[in-house]
Amino acid sequence: MIKAILIFNNHGKPRLIRFYQYFLNMQLQIKHLCTNKMAEDMQQQIIRETFHLVSKRDDNVCNFLEGGSLIGGSDYKLIYRHYATLYFVFCVDSSESELGILDLIQVFVETLDKCFENVCELDLIFHMDKVHYILQEVVMGGMVLETNMNEIVAQVELQNRMEKSEGGLSGAPARAVSAVKNMNLPEIPRNINIGDINIKVPSLSPF
Amino acid sequence: MSDVVEKTLTALPGLFESQTGAAKITNRLRQLIKSITELTSKHEEENLIKRELSAIKEQVSSPNTTMKQMREIMVRAMYCEMLGYDASFTYIHAIKLAQQGGVLEKRVGYLAVSLFLNEGHELLLLLVNTVLKDLQSTNLIEVCMALTVVAQVFPKDMIPAVLPLVEDKLSHPKEIIRRKAVLALYKFYLIAPNQVQHIHAKFCKALSDKDPGVMASSLHIYLQLIRESPDSYKDLTGSFVTILKQVLGGKLPVDFNYHSVPAPWLQIQLLRILSLLGKEDQSTSELMYEVLDESLRRAEMNHNITYAILYECVKAVYTIHPKAELLEKAARCIGNFVLSPKINLKYLGLKALTYVVQHDAKLALQHQMTIIECLDHSDFTIKRETLELLFRITNAQNVTVIVEKMLDFLRSCNDEHTIIHLIGKVAELAEKFAPDNSWFIQTMNDVFSIGGDLLQQDVPNNFLRLLAEGSESKEEDDQLRLYAVESYLTVLKGHTSHLPQCFLQVMSWVLGEYAHLQESVDRREVIRLLTQLLDQRSVSSETRVWILSALTKIPEGQTDLILDLAESLSSSQDTVLRQQAQELRHLSQDSQLREWVLPRGAPWDGIEVDSSLSFLDGFVSEALAAGAAPYKPPHQRQEELCEDRALNLEPYSFSLPVSLSSCSITDRQSPTLLSVSSGLSGNSAELSQKAGSSTLILEGVKRVWGKDGYLPQKEATAPPVDEPSAAVQPASQQEAAERIEPRPEPSTQNQDKQQLASSLFVGLGVGSSVSLLGKSEAPPPRFRKKPRPHESSSSSGTSKRSSDSSSHSSRNTTDSFLYGSFPEEEPATSISTFDHTPKSTTANGLSQNKDTKEDRHANTSQILGGDMVIVRPSTIQDKHPPSVSSDLTALLPADLKDLPHSDVISLTSDPSLSLSSCRLFRDEALLLVIFISNCTETVIKDVAVQLTCEELKTASLRGNVMDCLEARSTSVCHYALLMDDPHTNVSLTGTVSYQTQPGHTNTLPFSGTLSTADFIRPLVVTTEEYGKLWLSLSHDVKQNLKLLTDAGDPLRTTLNALKDALQLHVVDIIGSEGIVACRLLSGAPCLLHCRVNGAALAMWLRSPHPALPDFILYHCQRALAHH
Repeated sequence: MIKAILIFNNHGKPRLIRFYQYFLNMQLQIKHLCTNKMAEDMQQQIIRETFHLVSKRDDNVCNFLEGGSLIGGSDYKLIYRHYATLYFVFCVDSSESELGILDLIQVFVETLDKCFENVCELDLIFHMDKVHYILQEVVMGGMVLETNMNEIVAQVELQNRMEKSEGGLSGAPARAVSAVKNMNLPEIPRNINIGDINIKVPSLSPF
Repeated sequence: MSDVVEKTLTALPGLFESQTGAAKITNRLRQLIKSITELTSKHEEENLIKRELSAIKEQVSSPNTTMKQMREIMVRAMYCEMLGYDASFTYIHAIKLAQQGGVLEKRVGYLAVSLFLNEGHELLLLLVNTVLKDLQSTNLIEVCMALTVVAQVFPKDMIPAVLPLVEDKLSHPKEIIRRKAVLALYKFYLIAPNQVQHIHAKFCKALSDKDPGVMASSLHIYLQLIRESPDSYKDLTGSFVTILKQVLGGKLPVDFNYHSVPAPWLQIQLLRILSLLGKEDQSTSELMYEVLDESLRRAEMNHNITYAILYECVKAVYTIHPKAELLEKAARCIGNFVLSPKINLKYLGLKALTYVVQHDAKLALQHQMTIIECLDHSDFTIKRETLELLFRITNAQNVTVIVEKMLDFLRSCNDEHTIIHLIGKVAELAEKFAPDNSWFIQTMNDVFSIGGDLLQQDVPNNFLRLLAEGSESKEEDDQLRLYAVESYLTVLKGHTSHLPQCFLQVMSWVLGEYAHLQESVDRREVIRLLTQLLDQRSVSSETRVWILSALTKIPEGQTDLILDLAESLSSSQDTVLRQQAQELRHLSQDSQLREWVLPRGAPWDGIEVDSSLSFLDGFVSEALAAGAAPYKPPHQRQEELCEDRALNLEPYSFSLPVSLSSCSITDRQSPTLLSVSSGLSGNSAELSQKAGSSTLILEGVKRVWGKDGYLPQKEATAPPVDEPSAAVQPASQQEAAERIEPRPEPSTQNQDKQQLASSLFVGLGVGSSVSLLGKSEAPPPRFRKKPRPHESSSSSGTSKRSSDSSSHSSRNTTDSFLYGSFPEEEPATSISTFDHTPKSTTANGLSQNKDTKEDRHANTSQILGGDMVIVRPSTIQDKHPPSVSSDLTALLPADLKDLPHSDVISLTSDPSLSLSSCRLFRDEALLLVIFISNCTETVIKDVAVQLTCEELKTASLRGNVMDCLEARSTSVCHYALLMDDPHTNVSLTGTVSYQTQPGHTNTLPFSGTLSTADFIRPLVVTTEEYGKLWLSLSHDVKQNLKLLTDAGDPLRTTLNALKDALQLHVVDIIGSEGIVACRLLSGAPCLLHCRVNGAALAMWLRSPHPALPDFILYHCQRALAHH
């Protein structure tokens, strides 16, 4: 499972933070002692420590790091990639494949590139919400949802179209607006000829 | 930073202009971001954000803010939160936005919610209805958003609300919805597995979904399920293999290709699943050989992602039941990884080696030069992984080199997590493989000074325990201790201010305990060094206490120094220190007292701790009389806190220590075990910890699977000489390295490396690798901890001691016989052999062992025959006694008639005589009355009764010999039975001899059992007396018992049932507590304190007799069970 995704620049300024698990101070691990506030402070601490760890590393060393003491446990690992001014860091547990995640980061960045046309740090700054929407199509609740770039782009575009259509309708009467909102948007074809796939699971006994 | 600012500023105008339509950034956000980038200090940023947040606050509460503005405000709030500022006032507005807005507002609202609120935030409750509504929406996007937020933030207790709707989505026509629903359900499974148990069949449907994407998501679930219980999903192996085959065969749409590799992530998942399924299962593994082979073959392309697949493949091959051909290919793959110039692949190669080296140590040998190179690699992660690998291949021969490498690494490392992790391993290796004392102590010194106060507490604890308990020979122990003392004195003479507290504590303990071993050093010097530490500012007060107790232990003669010290400390601000100083003064003035408190050289395990602190009872009762509240032990306090929860908080119930459990076959018939267990309970925490650590030591790297399949415990003495050429003899390692490595010119540097290699990989050759990796043949750890006497009576030190201490009479002969056949030098192995593994010794020893075993067996059964067989037929306590005319009781002597008595039951009979018995309960004894009835019409002469019982004192009172017994008459004889030491059941045997015809003697044997219950008498005391008595008793036992709940007052009913069954005296019942008293005849009292705790009765027993509470508890349990 992916525990957290952090994007920050070469100076440690956070550009996108997404936690899929709330890391808490070991002493406060008992649930009811932890408030939202503590979890957030912890998050900031994790960002700082991760930046500290990652920024020290040269570009010619490997992209994996055993977790620092904050993220904790030898089970956790930091997998990161460095693009120009940005670090993309995924914090994962042992159930994820290291190289698989490394390429997932690549997929994510390529998708960003496609959506923003030559993505740069500024795109991430000014369209933080959009980056989040794209990420939501890649990783859902810590699980890898989609690794196919075209598919991700298609889903995001579907949402963007909705945005544009609403922009045009902003002056229209309320009834028209609600009609648009509730309409079932046409599905983007997936380019998959379903007939081709003959994955059959034989003799699945009920369990 | 300046270049970024510059870049930002120049890029800004263009960026804003390029935005069109609704996506245009509004002024406020633009301003915010622009002004943040212009800032130069953290302080300014703080001020700016503060201003921004107050502006947001104003806006959100204004009624004029439109939805669109609200969206933009949310993004600003998210931005502030990301920078680490608190915008919690917007949380509720985020929820509102998700509730009330249109699709776009919802999108922002949901995103904000999932970023702001963590699982279990109370505001989430407000979201449930919205999510429910959106899940039912016809709008695809709304459903997607709802599913995403559900998977991200929903806590356990809110799952039932949405579960049915999410479940429905599994059959949604749109594949994207199905995929998200599957993942949401997986998340539910992770946080609340039992809530989704019923939909397993639907997961199955998702696996066979026509859309490959949905199928791929369902693999998440299956991976988890199979990890938890691989056996339940073996039947799916075929399906997974088929899926993988089709993926490999390119049956998926091109759309799924990534760098022209078909669905790589899917392949990785499938390979992981297969390796879990095939683990230690030959038939399942056979199903997947083919597809794994194909996987290995296909993944040739030189791209990152193919290596990811290869890595999983290799791991799978080594995890499942081995197949030589595949293993060879996998080994080659690992080679590719390790030798790759790409650093990421090297890392994975090392990881694979670490994983594989347990199965096949030769691979490490093959790549030894690469491993050496990695050891000096500039990358921290690579170095660390290499050390991890070296840790796995450590043996007694290369331990010094490897530990040195690890320590070198640690000295230059400043990551806390790594230090803690690795230093523990160093300590483990040092303990396991230390070649000599000086190395061991030196290494541990390094461990303490490097690990410092980050060290986990069990490292110093283990070390001190090892020193204190020692191994088998006292001489060796003393040498080790002496060396430690010397080394610490040297350390203390140097600079001490930088030493970690933990090290200081260890040193002061050792010096206090063993400084006397060192004759040549003046005690004054030791005292001076320790006192010097006390003066240091950096020494913590905890360490000061350690030092003071060390000073207390360093023997007499130096009173002047000690008194000075005590004087100076008695004005310390720390109360604990002051107390210690007082103690120190008293002890140093009174050498007799000191001798008594701190006996020198007393055996470690002989220390008896009065865990009930009975010596304080006088003080406590005084305090109680003065009105203090009675002490409640922590567990009782806790119970009272959570009264309603009927959890069993009693830690030591009847779960016996493992070493004893083998004896308890007879359904707890023999209560002596119980007394042992309760005797142990005081220090069982310590015991278990010790047990844990000793298993750690014995843990070796196990080699079960080899190249040719399962390795059935090969003998170390017979190395497979006819192994293929890959077999590298340890002597020719250098040669092997040369052969495998494509070696350039032999430079001096290279030679250095090879030298290092030969020292690192020594002992990894074929012959010794078996002995290294085979568990039973691993060299015995140097510092084997001495087992506790009660852990197993058979494995104590030398032969003499062992035979002395063995408690079973039959052991003596066996032991001496056994030791006769083994050389004296290796008692440790011979002992363990004797107990468990006769197969690993020489043939000679083996046969003799067998003999002795049989001997012993015979002996034991003899013992069993002697006193332990319980004679079942015709017992006194038979459940359905044959009906005996009750008028027999009328025959009781007049003086006994008024005593409480049991029913008359028949013992035995033959054509001429019939015997019955009755138990009479007198205060000071149990009277056993035996009625002998003549069933014939003739006179029976010379009737004599003989009764024997080993556990009881028996005294014949009258009538055991009769000259004649008239026809159809009954004679009475009685015995007084006394029980000094409790036993649960006591068996009686006896015979009646009689003559029906002169000169012809018949004997009629009889037997029976009596229970302790027959010897329990009520103890009539008042509540006050009970209270006083309670405090004076030392042995206590606690246990939860069944509460009889069928009547109105459970406590009273239960106590009455106990009273009836066991003749207890119920002293008082107050609320939910009851106190009960009894005694063993007129001897030891036992007090019972009962408290209703939920559905159980918490029973607390105290008695001066160590074993009595256990027996009474046992009978209480039985009585309640039979009720």
